[in-house]
Amino acid sequence: MSEMPNLRGQEQHGFKAWWKSGDPWIWITGGGVAISVLLVAGLLLLIAARGLAHFWPAPIVGASYQAPGSSPMPVLAALRSEETVSRARLESAGLPVRGDQQLYDRLLLKVGNRDLYGSDFRYVISDWLTQRSYPEDATVFERLEWGNLIGYLVAVKQQGNVVADGPQAWEVFQERQERANQLRDDIEHLEKVEIGRINYGLEQQRLKQRRLELENALTAERQAEIDARIAELNADYRVLEDELVALYGEINRDSVVVEVVTGEQINVPLAKVVRGYRPNAMGLFGKLRFYGAKVWEFVSEEPREANTEGGIFPAIFGTVMMVLLMSVFVTPFGVVAALYLREYAKQGFVTRTIRVAVNNLAGVPSIVYGVFGLGFFVYFLGGSIDALFYPEALPSPTFGTGGLLWASLTLAILTLPVVIVATEEGLARIPRSIREASLALGATRAETLWRVVLPMSSPAMMTGLILAVARAAGEVAPLMLVGVVKLAPSLPLDGNFPYLHLDRKFMHLGFHIYDVGFQSPNVEAARPLVYATALLLVLVIITLNLFAVRVRNRLREKYRALEH
Amino acid sequence: MNQAVAATEISQVSSRARWRYAKDRAATVGVTAGGIGVIVAVVLIFFYLLWVVLPLFFPASMERIERYAAPGSQAPSLYYAMEEQAEVGLRVAADGEVAFFELADGRVRQSMQLPSPLRAVTEVEVGRGQLAALGEDGRVYRFGHRYQISYPEGAQRTILGRIEQPYGEAGIEMGDGDALAVRETEDRLMLAVAQPAGVRLRSFARVSSFLTEGVELEQEADLMLPQAGAADHLLIDPLLNWLYVVDAERASLQVYDVRQPARASLLETVTLSEGAARITDVGLMPGGISLLVADSQGRLRQWFPLRDANGVHRLRSIRDFRSPGGEAAQALIFEHARRGFVTLSGEGHIGLFHATAGQKVLDESVPGSDFQRGAFSPRANRLLLESTAGELHLYEVHNEHPEISFSSLWGKVWYESYQEPEFIWQSSAANSDFEPKFSLTPLAFGTLKAAFYAMLFAVPLALAGAIFTAYFMAPKLRQAVKPTVEVMEALPTVILGFLAGLWLAPFIETFLPGIFLMVVFLILAMPLTGWLWTKAPAPLRHRVPDGYQPVLLVLPLIIAGGLALLLSRPVEAAFFGGNMPQWLANEMDIPYDQRNSLVVGLAMGFAVIPTIFSIAEDAVFGVPKHLSQGSLALGATPWQTLVRVVLPTASPGIFSALMIGLGRAVGETMIVLMATGNTPIMDFNIFEGFRTLSANIAVEMPESEVGSTHFRILFLAGLVLFLFTFVFNTLAEIVRQRLRSKYSSL
Repeated sequence: MSEMPNLRGQEQHGFKAWWKSGDPWIWITGGGVAISVLLVAGLLLLIAARGLAHFWPAPIVGASYQAPGSSPMPVLAALRSEETVSRARLESAGLPVRGDQQLYDRLLLKVGNRDLYGSDFRYVISDWLTQRSYPEDATVFERLEWGNLIGYLVAVKQQGNVVADGPQAWEVFQERQERANQLRDDIEHLEKVEIGRINYGLEQQRLKQRRLELENALTAERQAEIDARIAELNADYRVLEDELVALYGEINRDSVVVEVVTGEQINVPLAKVVRGYRPNAMGLFGKLRFYGAKVWEFVSEEPREANTEGGIFPAIFGTVMMVLLMSVFVTPFGVVAALYLREYAKQGFVTRTIRVAVNNLAGVPSIVYGVFGLGFFVYFLGGSIDALFYPEALPSPTFGTGGLLWASLTLAILTLPVVIVATEEGLARIPRSIREASLALGATRAETLWRVVLPMSSPAMMTGLILAVARAAGEVAPLMLVGVVKLAPSLPLDGNFPYLHLDRKFMHLGFHIYDVGFQSPNVEAARPLVYATALLLVLVIITLNLFAVRVRNRLREKYRALEH
Repeated sequence: MNQAVAATEISQVSSRARWRYAKDRAATVGVTAGGIGVIVAVVLIFFYLLWVVLPLFFPASMERIERYAAPGSQAPSLYYAMEEQAEVGLRVAADGEVAFFELADGRVRQSMQLPSPLRAVTEVEVGRGQLAALGEDGRVYRFGHRYQISYPEGAQRTILGRIEQPYGEAGIEMGDGDALAVRETEDRLMLAVAQPAGVRLRSFARVSSFLTEGVELEQEADLMLPQAGAADHLLIDPLLNWLYVVDAERASLQVYDVRQPARASLLETVTLSEGAARITDVGLMPGGISLLVADSQGRLRQWFPLRDANGVHRLRSIRDFRSPGGEAAQALIFEHARRGFVTLSGEGHIGLFHATAGQKVLDESVPGSDFQRGAFSPRANRLLLESTAGELHLYEVHNEHPEISFSSLWGKVWYESYQEPEFIWQSSAANSDFEPKFSLTPLAFGTLKAAFYAMLFAVPLALAGAIFTAYFMAPKLRQAVKPTVEVMEALPTVILGFLAGLWLAPFIETFLPGIFLMVVFLILAMPLTGWLWTKAPAPLRHRVPDGYQPVLLVLPLIIAGGLALLLSRPVEAAFFGGNMPQWLANEMDIPYDQRNSLVVGLAMGFAVIPTIFSIAEDAVFGVPKHLSQGSLALGATPWQTLVRVVLPTASPGIFSALMIGLGRAVGETMIVLMATGNTPIMDFNIFEGFRTLSANIAVEMPESEVGSTHFRILFLAGLVLFLFTFVFNTLAEIVRQRLRSKYSSL
């Protein structure tokens, strides 16, 4: 313990001596640790707080807003955030701040009703927002387009005739909303799955015809076959279409009349409403239930309204698919390379060089891998594959454009060093004596490897793979070049043969964050969703990393025991 | 034992052994092949990047693919052109014959006759096939050549040429003369003809007629610009701003301002060439901004108009070239899209140049042929030349990337309409005459600027943290801190970038004075806490063991940071007029962007801290204990031991930590993409943004055309990043390995 700095027993020498002892510097270096840890903690807290708060139903405040020199305006909105702003900044924003008050509270209100007001959000000065109240019957309607509608429910209509108004309206609305949601699910199933299957079939027939044409093998017989199949599909389609029309008729039956705060009454078809809720009337339990429903929607639904509402299921799905596929590529190659380097190659200058090079590849910027992936995989390999195997689809590319396969391969190369290094470390940790024992018992090298070394080093490979997956899940820059899109029309896995569509573009959590946060037309509305997505991604990656660290530490303990 | 049984057993054993041996061999071969394969595949990345980049630096070449007698009439030819696919050629002869011919063999396809023999032909719109010819009858005939490509069933592509005359066959009366210039815009047609009395200038407004849906001409101006000397060459720029009149013998040029044709006025007279040189040819480059002048002494000079101090346009000489062999260039041929041109001089010398890059890309000589005129194909991959003997030579030109040279990528380049040579990255623009500007310097500068500010934030924190963790920290605490740092390393940069762009940038803008206060407060808080701790009551002090300073510091640091933010607004109100960013811009003349280098420095610093931290921590922790114990035993304080013994020993490891951290900062993409404005400016101001090589790739790569110069330059940027980080990391790795062997020998 003598080398440790002494915190005790130095105070008797006074400040000057203390300063000279170098202790202040020790405190300053200690501060480095404290600040780093605080930064990490602060960042995680920030993401968690912002991400989790989003799903909580915010109370709706009704008030009168009057800026000096203008007439009062009624407001009905949810409070988003609050900040203190200096007078000079408000002045430069053109607000009529008078008197000598230097600091103002500024509120960001979510007023909703984008179709009426033009934007969802409004900054107001807290002092000018008076007569605040929290009306119990203020209702928020989440709509499929134009964002939330905030107002008071007046009546429920069926085919234009009022069926309920006054206090009963709310009950009736909830009932009918349930029905509308059910119908919407049916419609979606019909459109996405059933009609999607027919469209896919038609496209396949078109491609088949084109292929036969290209091969000069389109006989009348085959043409008739194709025509028959197309006719069959079209017949199926007409049946579904009729069903669809009926369903649309059903779903368009009901509508609600909502009075917004300006007194205007608007008619909203229930087909366009996802849910309605009264945050001010909710108890804690109701809020919790609402919260749970929203979180579930977030992870299980598709995005709506240019990714600013709804869920991120396709992004989660795309990330998982990509990472799985990448694991399939990277594990065998990484392990074989590590086995070669550690077990088969003659140790010397060459292996040392290779090891240094592999190590350094981990430090090569990820965008470089993206450039390589785009040039080599997409344009070179993909272009060749298209020319050889998919000439019927040209000029629209099949594999000659970014897609799931190329993205996975690019990330496999990117994470290859991680797997190689981790596996090598695992192999190096296996004591020589174990290998020698196996060989001495007459096992061949391959048998030793297969029966003894590989099983023992499998946790190390696992660690490498987990680290690789964590890295791949968070990587965005290369994916932007090789196949990630902001909105994929269909998932890479579906019910149409061959089920796994390696050529499809996909969505990715990391890219979703970038895209929604920076390319979205309505950044303010999207922001909480981005925090929530970020939180999810961080959680996944931290869990994976901590898991990998644990596996590694366990492994180290185990071998330490073996060595003695 | 029965011998036969034993024998079968042995043979069974040996067959099994053989099988096992074969498996072993197969495994060896398989793993070796696989391992080498993977490593080769990884090396392939480098060679693939190189393979894409190298064509940028391939020299140009040209080879003759055809040679035949000039097609059509026996009269001397005045003008040649080719269509896009370089299948059909066009020749205009002095007797008024306009003929389309096969470029493959010179066979005339079809021809037409203009009403009069011609004196001169000029291009009205470069690259669009719009021409005008001055007849001996004193009329100017406007005509254009257009091509139709069709793919008839079961046959080869056919290209059909067609002549159209937008203003009819009669021509426009200009009077007899020698030189001719005609230009046309959407709403104006301007003609100039050199006559003995001077230059006659006529300008017409183009009015679309309702009845015929065609265009009619209404005369705006018809005037005579008197000339003292000769007018050998006339040029009008495409925007109809300037009329250039060149007197070849005196090497002088007069610039007329014709923006208002009726009041055309002489702007200036410029001497084009020093000494007794004569002007041999002059032409406008594609885009119509630059003039290229060739003189009899083999000089070639590029000029373009720039505003002088009074805001008046003056022609400025920009750069000089020497024609091959130093002989006078008899004729200049321009490419249609790029700023490239060909000079033809005596003895069959052909020089291929690129103006903006300031370089001669090819110098070819064809002994025995003396070329006098020719034409480039629109894609600049074919060159048609006519020799004085009336023979046509068709060349295939390989010149994909003439605008790229080492100096044009990294040096200052004087682009058209810029006041001076500059470093500019501007890869695309809305109009088609735009010349892409590919200087990697601003991007490299941005990369280094980002790395610099990130390191400025990360290095002190990470090194201080690493030193404390490795040398002073209690082992238990160390076990908690290290995973935290690993988590920090694993955080996706897209999240850091998103927080930097959407949360930190507005936060810093709001609390700018507080951020600077915070730096001071935090640094002061650390030793202050230490001093106060020595004054704390002994029972309390004894309860906290050595090496727990960071835990003690957490609360004081939070308080200090909070205090700084709390003071931010009052300080801002008192000293910076309530709005520091605005104050900076107005009072200090320091422009402030919301997404600036400070934001990137903090966010990327955060990303770099764990990298530097772990490697430096390893290095310090690995210093053999007996060294520090010896020092402490000799009476040195812990701090002295650290500074004099431990750090010097660990310094190579710390150096390699910094290198690897720098490598990470240089290549980081998402943070800079999201936290700066991505404008490629060169300015060290911490409150402004920049564009890095990596962000530039991410932004522009998806839009760039495969195989184009732009595409290859983006690959070059990738290669530069690759090499940069690879070299730095290798250096760091070698240093680290040396250190490891040094430690083990200690």
